[in-house]
Amino acid sequence: MADLPPPVQGPTAKEKKYDRQLRLWGATGQMALENAHILLVNSGPGVVGLETLKNLVLPGVGQFTIQDSAVVSEADLGVSFFVEEEDLGRFRAEATCNRLKELNPDVQGHFVAEPVESFLTQPDSLKPYTLILVAAPIRPDILSKLSAHADASLVPLFYFHSVGFYSHFSIHLPPAYPIVETHPDIETTSDLRLLKPWKELADFAADKTKGLDAMAAEDHGHVPYIALLLHYIEEWKQSRDGKPPSSYKDKTTFRDEVIAKAARTNNAEGGEENFDEAVAAVLKSLNPPEPNGAVKDIFKTKECLALSADSASFWVIAHAIGQFYTKHGVLPVPGSVPDMKARSADYIQLQNVYKSKARKDVEEVVESVRSLERSLNRSTPIEEKDIEAFCKNAAHIKLVRGRPFHVVQAGETIKWGDRAKSIAQTLTFPGSLIPLYIAFLAWDEFAATHDKDALGGAPKVAGEGDSEVDTDNEKVTGIALKTLNDLVKEASASIEENELSTIKEQTGEFAQELVRAGGAELHNISSLTGGLISQEIIKVITEQYIPVDNTCIFDGVKSKTEVLRV
Amino acid sequence: MVDQVSEICGSMEGLTLRRRKYLDKFLTREGPFTDPDSFMPGEPVIESLSRTKVLVIGAGGLGCEILKNLALSGFKDIHVIDMDTIDVSNLNRQFLFRHADVGKYKAEVAAKFVEKRVKGVKITPYCGKIQDKDEEYYMQFALIVCGLDSIEARRWINAMLVGMVDESNPDSMKPMVDGGTEGFKGQARVILPSMTSCFECQLDMHAPRAAVPLCTLATIPRQPQHCIEWAHIIAWEEERKEITLDTDDPEHITWLYQKALKRAHEFNIPGVTYSMTQGVVKNIIPAIASTNAIIAAAVCNEAFKIATNTNPFLGFPGTNNYMMYTGDDSIYTYTFEHEKKPDCPVCSTDAVARPLTVDGNSTLQDFLDSLAERPEAQLKKPAIRTEAKSLYYQFPPGLEEQTRPNLAKKLSELVENGEEVAITDPAFPLQFKYKLIFK
Repeated sequence: MADLPPPVQGPTAKEKKYDRQLRLWGATGQMALENAHILLVNSGPGVVGLETLKNLVLPGVGQFTIQDSAVVSEADLGVSFFVEEEDLGRFRAEATCNRLKELNPDVQGHFVAEPVESFLTQPDSLKPYTLILVAAPIRPDILSKLSAHADASLVPLFYFHSVGFYSHFSIHLPPAYPIVETHPDIETTSDLRLLKPWKELADFAADKTKGLDAMAAEDHGHVPYIALLLHYIEEWKQSRDGKPPSSYKDKTTFRDEVIAKAARTNNAEGGEENFDEAVAAVLKSLNPPEPNGAVKDIFKTKECLALSADSASFWVIAHAIGQFYTKHGVLPVPGSVPDMKARSADYIQLQNVYKSKARKDVEEVVESVRSLERSLNRSTPIEEKDIEAFCKNAAHIKLVRGRPFHVVQAGETIKWGDRAKSIAQTLTFPGSLIPLYIAFLAWDEFAATHDKDALGGAPKVAGEGDSEVDTDNEKVTGIALKTLNDLVKEASASIEENELSTIKEQTGEFAQELVRAGGAELHNISSLTGGLISQEIIKVITEQYIPVDNTCIFDGVKSKTEVLRV
Repeated sequence: MVDQVSEICGSMEGLTLRRRKYLDKFLTREGPFTDPDSFMPGEPVIESLSRTKVLVIGAGGLGCEILKNLALSGFKDIHVIDMDTIDVSNLNRQFLFRHADVGKYKAEVAAKFVEKRVKGVKITPYCGKIQDKDEEYYMQFALIVCGLDSIEARRWINAMLVGMVDESNPDSMKPMVDGGTEGFKGQARVILPSMTSCFECQLDMHAPRAAVPLCTLATIPRQPQHCIEWAHIIAWEEERKEITLDTDDPEHITWLYQKALKRAHEFNIPGVTYSMTQGVVKNIIPAIASTNAIIAAAVCNEAFKIATNTNPFLGFPGTNNYMMYTGDDSIYTYTFEHEKKPDCPVCSTDAVARPLTVDGNSTLQDFLDSLAERPEAQLKKPAIRTEAKSLYYQFPPGLEEQTRPNLAKKLSELVENGEEVAITDPAFPLQFKYKLIFK
């Protein structure tokens, strides 16, 4: 009976529907997505926000709410997919909410048709939302309010533009946004410890390479390459005062003169696959298992060093792994082994050597975590599977330092702060899109200083009327060039005169192309931008992969993006 | 009566005008990057855009987005080809389909949906294969937009479009705008057949996955995937030969899963799951709405610029024609010019044989197998001949039988060192020429 395979539990209906995405972010990511409630504060043609929500409703976000006080117009029918003729004259919030809900019965959609000004005056109006999206144009005082809310409640805030062929978005994340499941490239993840083998690994290698030279062809061709490398490193060390091959020259000599020459070539294939694998692995695997600087910096952050009873579990585990690193000089062994030419039993044995070591390391970290929990008086213990996942990916954890983005206030100079120098430097790179970012800031300032009507409600955007294009062009370009000068001044950057005049010219062209749009969204650009933003939202919500830090610009004339930190 | 008609027409015009409010900003205004020689603002461009006949190939993840995007970009006459029917696993991204549509033809459902949502757009579906159609059919379009997941189909349409180019007739050159995605990654490109680098020139950008050697599957499995492949390739053939494997049949997948699980158990290999079994045998590529949206929109943005000249497009000879996109670690795009290959088997006018170093002692079978994995060839059913004789043909059966004994022979017995061979594959209208040099 025990030999019978367990009864098949075929996929559930939900697993079937979401199969293609579960292969990326798994059940935990899906659960996080289903617990999210997203608020869209919409304005202008309003397509980006809807396209963003489309890409979140389809994979099954929990809830969304659309705040939009506009009424569906003919112009909406020409640019937006989530309104129909019969919606004309209805509240756009309601119409678009209903059309989006049709995409997925698992998702709950809500709408708010009252103006954002009054909506925000209600107490706790923002409380239900786990993430907030804001479309430009928006009055600066409203954006400031939302930014302050993001600061105070640690709710991620996205602000975006889609103006003609150009778009932009910025993300305001909490000041400490750590990620464990960064999903690094498989190629970069194996950490085999070939220069620092523990006893069981060294024993395995010695056992598998016993009498290597006299082995029968079949055996010789099936020694796992990890054992081969360890064996030849030992040999190398014996003739070199116990030093393994460490310089680039040493390694290439080791590869070409030792490993490559040890392969048997007197066979039908003219070589041995396991030796080929060993040769290919030398340069990338013979490195000391040193974590990268960004990971070591995480161990030194104030959040990691000064733990408290309510520290996020990330910091408690990070602290424990920091202790592990201080004690052993290495991170816990991740435990995975790449596939290689080997007999099944040998490979499984090797896998187990790595797995047991990884398990042992996890146990040690768990013990430290428990002792920290006791001394901090934490009430709920951190789950062991979270500690295990952390240990497995310890070399690839990531900390994003979220910060507020620029909120342009009428008549106020933009401050670049600690980013001024770096931004001013990037400005001079050929093809940099920073001039486009500056043009967007100028576009915002124009909107902040122009009203649609005398009531001072909705902002007016540059270039709306055909007769105003030229004067608006001058205004926006003027603001952009002033912003550019202020940046150069704040950074005390010395940019050559002809370089600066090229940058000015580019800034002017970007400003001009923005004004040409007259506030129009092109469906393609908005759809693309909605794709980018929804992708970033998924990363932020699932706490997987690495989000943009913190601003992304898209140039639809040249079809390219640039990410910058402002 | 006449007055009434003109009044209706007038209000209709007013209506379209109001709907085009945003689009017209770009169709009527010049910008800093528009080329005054090619951009005809106002009526001329509005008129020509609405008359541009465009073909969309694929109505899946990318195709749904492409149809929506083109319809909302002012294209009025759109055709769409797709042979597939709707599966429940499509619903997480193919937003024109609902649960009730499962089993229906994608092209038909998608066309109907977009026509209903965006008034004034005509979408003509064809539910079938691109190979069903001939040159005359493709000649009617001004632009081809591809949203396909198969390399084979893209190679076929590329070769067709390159073959259609007649230098004396500029209208015979049909720009091909193509997109592809995989998980958080993708690419968008513009091909001007015969003028710029074609899909075949760029084939090595899609390196094939290395196949696991059969002997590993048969004797020394190490990974759960090896056990699944063994069940798929070997066990099924041995035990259920009479039944054609249908990877969409849950009973078949369950059988493979249990076989794989049992084998994994014998070798102490952990990790075989139902989902992994499905993934391996169906070669499932993860797919999400956001990446499809990004790539489809990038592609349609280029199509719109090509049709209107409202801004410079990718693919103009001598400029960038390819955008690579990666979204898992921040956002990164690399936009560059992929250059035409002088020895491209499809678009090079005087393709010379590429020198290829081979082992004269390996068999013809080995050589043909290696073509499936060569990034620039990727041929699954190759036929091969020298100038003097046929070495191996898959079709017709008579010729196959006659040439089959050559498969076991060494290359050095069949060709001279430095001799040219021509390789074809029934799936593609193209021919590879290699000059075989023995190592």
